[in-house]
Amino acid sequence: MAALQIGSRLLRRVLPRFNQLYSTETSNNADVGTDNGPLISSLDPSSGLNDEQRQIQKMATDFALKEMRPYMDKWDQEELFPVDTMRQAAALGFGGVYTRTDFGGTGLNRLEASIIFEALSQGCVSTTAYITIHNMVTWIIDTYGNDKQREHYVPKLASMEHFGSYCLTEPGSGSDAASLSTVAKREGGKFIVNGSKAFISGGGESDVYLVMTRTQGEGPKGISCLLIEKGTPGLSFGKKEKKMGWNSQPTRAVILEDCEVPVENVIGAEGQGFNIAMAGLNGGRLNIASTSLGAAQASIEATRDHVKVRKQFGQSLASFQHIQFEIAQMATKLVACRTMVRNAAMAMDTKHPDIVTLCSMAKLFTTDTCFDIVNTALQLHGGYGYLKDYPIEQYLRDIRVHQILEGTNQVMQILVSRAALK
Amino acid sequence: MRILVGCKRVIDYAVKIRVRPDKKGVVTEGVKHSMNPFDEIAVEEAVRLKEKKIAKEIIVASIGAAQSQETIRTALAMGGDRGVHVEVSAAEAETLQPIHVSKILAELAKKEKVDLVFLGKQAIDDDSNQTAQMTAALLDWPQAMFASKVEQKDDKLEVVREIDGGLETIRVNMPCVISADLRLNEPRYATLPNIMKAKKKKMDKLKPSDLGVDVTPRIEVISVEDPPVREAGATVADVDELVSKLKEKGF
Repeated sequence: MAALQIGSRLLRRVLPRFNQLYSTETSNNADVGTDNGPLISSLDPSSGLNDEQRQIQKMATDFALKEMRPYMDKWDQEELFPVDTMRQAAALGFGGVYTRTDFGGTGLNRLEASIIFEALSQGCVSTTAYITIHNMVTWIIDTYGNDKQREHYVPKLASMEHFGSYCLTEPGSGSDAASLSTVAKREGGKFIVNGSKAFISGGGESDVYLVMTRTQGEGPKGISCLLIEKGTPGLSFGKKEKKMGWNSQPTRAVILEDCEVPVENVIGAEGQGFNIAMAGLNGGRLNIASTSLGAAQASIEATRDHVKVRKQFGQSLASFQHIQFEIAQMATKLVACRTMVRNAAMAMDTKHPDIVTLCSMAKLFTTDTCFDIVNTALQLHGGYGYLKDYPIEQYLRDIRVHQILEGTNQVMQILVSRAALK
Repeated sequence: MRILVGCKRVIDYAVKIRVRPDKKGVVTEGVKHSMNPFDEIAVEEAVRLKEKKIAKEIIVASIGAAQSQETIRTALAMGGDRGVHVEVSAAEAETLQPIHVSKILAELAKKEKVDLVFLGKQAIDDDSNQTAQMTAALLDWPQAMFASKVEQKDDKLEVVREIDGGLETIRVNMPCVISADLRLNEPRYATLPNIMKAKKKKMDKLKPSDLGVDVTPRIEVISVEDPPVREAGATVADVDELVSKLKEKGF
């Protein structure tokens, strides 16, 4: 036993990445891996996790199934923003999952965040997706903000007393994000901001808006991240968008008309805004992929139960080979997606050089593939899959946008091709 | 006041139970397990007593195979102070009976010098509803079973019990044994920070023999079967036919 320990210690020094496979430490911000051996992803979402991660996953799943799932259709149909439920989630630590603990964050790593969001999305994809956006905003302020900003904003965001929105996209700049044209002109101790942002999740409800603005020249280097609080004169919102899904969170344009923002509200350095936006999105892409994963997991389980019970031609659907093969394909794709997402999460946690590529690949592959999985699940439910009595159609509508936002899957291919063609 | 809370790792209530092919039990391999819901309620009540500063320390005990530690950790994450895992082999865990568990809990209660043993009223896998009562008897302590409310009144505990006839309120001296019923409280979710803190809390490991308890089974399970498939009924023409059919079937 001692020889084994010395061996693994040596190996850890020689091969830094060995640590992520055979770490015997339980997780903290930098550590990855499990007490129980390598992280093997499988059909069971808890496969390969250590005891603490399993407990976290179980708590998140219980919360999702009891506090979110019974209401997910009501929130969708009545377009309700479930503030109380989200604050309940934040009280358990879900408001700042991977934000440092100094000002109220929970201090978990990206792997654990992925596990949490995968679990929560089984309860409601749309609400969980908003929670991930909120987490991204909280993390940006905590990571790039100065201590005064962190102290002022992070505690209320971590508890969800305040809600946060991330404002990058504009009517004229979506995939070409660096060409954004919202301008922040410096006048003495403040910026005068003019422009508009489109499709902002939480727009109109959120208290804190992280707005990417042009403070200097053209291109990404001229962009700064400005924190603008709701109620600031000159900050207004467009109409609430009517969407295919994500209906439990409001989406609005954010309009800035001679909006005065104190210079102290720059997060990070001037000109660092685009880098901050992209750093936030790396994790954001994993979060979105994780929520697609949760919807796919729930859909496969629902399908498994349905085909065992539903009978046609004198047999249960589960006894037909075609049905078995469809489910086999769904299961195989699910495990492939889960492996990619957790792999990319561990890459982030160990500061692997390929973070951007791996997160892009994971987002691209998982959001596309999970849509196929849920779509197939709908088909296997037959006519019932089309009814709102069953959760499948809502999972499908909700995850469709995951192939579009936080970087379209086409932009993901641009990023991956850069790495592959180097 | 020091409290000993017992918790059991059982198959999760939402799982579809399947009988094992050898008909000696149900399938547990790879099946989702959780803390017995009534035990969760007991843990929650103990934590609330501590928050009200009535209790000083909560010791969480579980008797079972290695995975029972997860159940103890969950209770620690809810607010328990330290854990005691009385470990048995997987085979022994299968034949463990309330009589064994209550002997172990009684010994632990004496060893830890607690004032209150708080258990769930029954486990959802065997529905025995015996352990709490037997533990009290072995200790020769007063018992208040099926508690739906627990309050401290001077140096006694006033407990409202859910019984067949309605609600009964009794006062028990301490040390005593209480079993939790469904409406006693709604258990909290463990917060993420508390889950992380729980892994640092102390967990003692014991064997039943350390407490002088023999867990040799006294009962052998002959067979476990699915309930019979429900058969079709028959329509009757009128009340007279119904009555004669009932008499025919011996009701």
